[in-house]
Amino acid sequence: MSDDKMPEATGPLSISIPEPPTRPGDAPDFSYIEVPKAGAVDCPPVDTKPEDMRDLAYSIVRVLSRKGEAVGPWAEFLGDDLNDESLLRGLKDMMKTRVFDARMLTAQRQGKTSFYTQCLGEEAIATGFQRMMRKGDMNFPTYRQQGLLIADGCSMFDMICQIYSNEKDNLDGHQLPCLYSFKDHGFFSISGNLGTQFVQAVGWAMGSAISGDDKISAAWIGDGSTAETDFHSGMLFASVYQPPVVLNIVNNQWAISSFNGLAGGRNAPFAARAHGYGFPSLRVDGNDYLAVLAASKWATERARRNLGPTLIEWVTYRVAAHSTSDDPSAYRPKEESDAWPLGDPLERLKLHLIKKGAWSEERHTQAMAEIESEVIAVQKEAEKYGTLNRGKGPDPEKMFEGVYKEMPDHLVRQRLEFEA
Amino acid sequence: MARMTMIEAIRDAMDVKMGMDEDVVVFGEDVGYFGGVFRCTQGLQEKYGRHRCFDAPINESAIVGAGIGMATYGKRPCIEIQFADYVLPAYDQIVSEAARIRHRSNGQFTAPIVIRMPTGGGIFGGQTHSQSPEAIFTHVSGLKTLIPSNPYDAKGMLIAAIEDDDPVIFLEPKRLYNGPFDGHHENAVTSWAKHEKGEVPEGHYTVPIGKANVVETGMDVTILAYGTMVYVAQAAARENNIDAEIIDLRSLLPLDLDTIVNSVQKTGRCVVLHEATLTSGFGAELTALVQQHCFKHLEAPVLRVAGWDTPYPHAQEWHYFPGPKRVGKALKRVVEAQ
Ligand SMILES: Cc1ncc(C[n+]2csc(CCOP(=O)(O)OP(=O)(O)O)c2C)c(N)n1
Ligand SMILES: [Mg+2]
Repeated sequence: MSDDKMPEATGPLSISIPEPPTRPGDAPDFSYIEVPKAGAVDCPPVDTKPEDMRDLAYSIVRVLSRKGEAVGPWAEFLGDDLNDESLLRGLKDMMKTRVFDARMLTAQRQGKTSFYTQCLGEEAIATGFQRMMRKGDMNFPTYRQQGLLIADGCSMFDMICQIYSNEKDNLDGHQLPCLYSFKDHGFFSISGNLGTQFVQAVGWAMGSAISGDDKISAAWIGDGSTAETDFHSGMLFASVYQPPVVLNIVNNQWAISSFNGLAGGRNAPFAARAHGYGFPSLRVDGNDYLAVLAASKWATERARRNLGPTLIEWVTYRVAAHSTSDDPSAYRPKEESDAWPLGDPLERLKLHLIKKGAWSEERHTQAMAEIESEVIAVQKEAEKYGTLNRGKGPDPEKMFEGVYKEMPDHLVRQRLEFEA
Repeated sequence: MARMTMIEAIRDAMDVKMGMDEDVVVFGEDVGYFGGVFRCTQGLQEKYGRHRCFDAPINESAIVGAGIGMATYGKRPCIEIQFADYVLPAYDQIVSEAARIRHRSNGQFTAPIVIRMPTGGGIFGGQTHSQSPEAIFTHVSGLKTLIPSNPYDAKGMLIAAIEDDDPVIFLEPKRLYNGPFDGHHENAVTSWAKHEKGEVPEGHYTVPIGKANVVETGMDVTILAYGTMVYVAQAAARENNIDAEIIDLRSLLPLDLDTIVNSVQKTGRCVVLHEATLTSGFGAELTALVQQHCFKHLEAPVLRVAGWDTPYPHAQEWHYFPGPKRVGKALKRVVEAQ
C-alpha cells in the first residue's frame, strides 16, 4: 500500500476482556437470555436440510409452559413417549439424582470421600437424554452426568463404592471419585482432562458405522470446555464423516469462576457452532424435562436413521458449586440461582404432573421420603465396605494392575519391591 | 522481612514484576477476578487492571500459543496452567514452538514466556491432579525447568524466570504451598510461618537460575532431590540417623553439576529422589551424570527412589508416594553397601 492510500491512524488499539454482567454484591441479571414462550419454536422433520433450520440454534426449544402445560410441536413430536408413566419415572429419576447428590455432598464433608460434583439444577438433561439411548449405545460423559447412570438403573451401591474408593470400588481405587466407568450402562470411563472425550465419542460412532452396526454414541461437554481444541476437533470429524453421534453441550452458564462468555458463548449461542460445520443443532431448555425428551428423541432419531450428527446446547444453570473444592460466592451473586429464568427442572415436571392429575403434593412428599430412605439404606450398605477415611480400601497392590494387559517385568519388580 | 506461604511468595513475585515492567502480563484459567484456584494471582487484576491480569478460555494450547505470540511481540507473559496435568494439550506449542523459536529464527524471534503450574501429588487428586511432568520438559532443548521448594526460593526464582529471555517451565509443588510437607501425611503440616525459608524479603531479589542449594551438609551420602522430596529426604535421613548431604536442585535445567559432583566426590554415595514415575525420569539423567563424573569416588551403586511406573492412583495415594520409609530403606542400602 502506498503512503497516500494509508488510512489515518485511529489511536491505540485494545482487546476485549469479557466480564459477566454481575459479581458478588450485585443484583443478578439474566437479561442476556431471551426466553421464548413454550411451544413457540418449530419442530421440523428430522431429515430437514441443516441450512433450512438454522433458526433452531438461536431460539430455545421449550415444551412446559409457566402454568405447567405441555404445549407446541415438540410435545406433539414426542407422541407415545409422552405418557404419565414415563414422566413419573422421569420425575423419580430426577428426585433420586438430587437426593443422591445431597447425601454424597454430606459424605464428602464428613471425609468419606475426597471430592464430589453435584448436578443440582441440571438433573433433567442427563436423566431425560438417557431415556432415548438404547442398550449398546455409548455415552461419553463428564463428571456432571450421574443422571445418565441413575436413569439407566445403575446400582447406586456401585456408584457409592466408587465415590468412597472402598474395597468394593469397581475401579479398585484407581480413579477420582465421580469419574465413574460403567461399560454395561453405556457409560464410558470419565477422564479428568476436559474435552478429550468429545472427539472420542465421534470416533466411537465412526467405529460403529464403519462396522455397519446400529449403535450410536453421545458426546458430553460443559460450556467452559467447548473452548478446548478437542471440542472443535470433534465438530470437524462429525462434519466430515457424518457419524451417528449426538453432541451435547451442557451450558450451565459457568465453568469454575469463569462465565460462558469466556468460551465465546455470549457472542453467539454455542448451538450456532454446528452451522459453521454444516450440520443441524438445537438449543433447548435444559430445565424442561419434556423438552429434553423431545430434543433427545429428535437427535437420536437422526443418528439412528444415519442422518448424521446433531449438536444440542442445553441451556441450564449450575446451582451447586463447581465441586466440593469450590465456593461460588467468591465470584457470582449468591441469589443468582433464584433469579435463573428457566426455573427448577424437578419443580416444573412436578407441577405438570399435578396439573394433569397424575401426581399430588402428598404423593410427592411420600415418594421423596421413600427415595431418601432407599438412598440412605444403600449408602449404609456401601459403608460396610469402608469409606476413603475408614476401612482398608482397595488392595494397595491393585495400583500395579491394569497399567498393561500383562504386567511387564519392570512393574513386576516394582511390585515385589513394594511388597517387601 | 515478611512471613509468607509459598502461594503468597509466588503472588508477590508477579506483583513485583508487574509493578516494575509494564510488559509483564498474567493470564490463565480462573486467574483474573477469582485469583486462581490456588489463589496465586489474587488481587493482581484489581491492582494492575484487566488488561494485565485476565481469565483465559479453557484451552491450554491456546493459552500457551497466545502467550508465545505475545512474547514474540515483546510482552513478558507469565501464564498459569491450572494443574501440571493439564499442560499436555499445550505440549506442541511448548516443544515445537516456544523451545525452538530462537534457534530456528537465529535469534530474530524469541519467546520469553514463563509457564507456571502446580505439580505433584499428596492431595488425593488422582491421576489428573497429581503428576510431576518435569522430565518431559527437561528432555526438550531450549527450555529451562525450575522447581522451588520454599517461599524464599519461589519468589526469587520466579522473578528470575520472568526476567529470563528464554522460555521457563516453573513447577510449583502444590503440597508445599502452605508448609514444608515431609511425606508423613498422618501428621499436620507445620506452616511456613514457622520455617526460616518462610521469611521472604520485600521487593525485588532473584535466586539465580542454575544454582542448587545445599540444604544440609553431611558425610555419609548425597541425596539429590527437588520440590517436596527435599523434606522427605530430610525426614528419612533424620529418622535413620544418616549424616546425609541433601541437595535441593531447584533448577533442573540448567543443572548445577558442580555442586552435585563436589558433594558426591566427598560422600562417595548417592541417592536420587523424585515423585515422578521412575522410568526415563529426571533421576535417570542425574544418575548417569553422577556415574560419569564421580565414577572413581563411588562406593555403592547410585539408587533412585521415585513414583512407581503407574498412573497416580487415588485410593492408594500414600502407597504410591515415595515417602520417608521407602527413602530411608534406600539410604540404608547405599550407606551400608561395602
Ligand atoms: C484440560 C483441563 N484443563 C483444566 C481443567 C480444570 N477444570 C476442571 S472442571 C473446569 C471447568 C469446566 O467447566 P464446564 O466445561 O463449563 O463444565 P461444568 O463444570 O460447568 O459442568 C476446569 C477449568 C481440567 N480438568 N482439564
Ligand atoms: Mg459449565
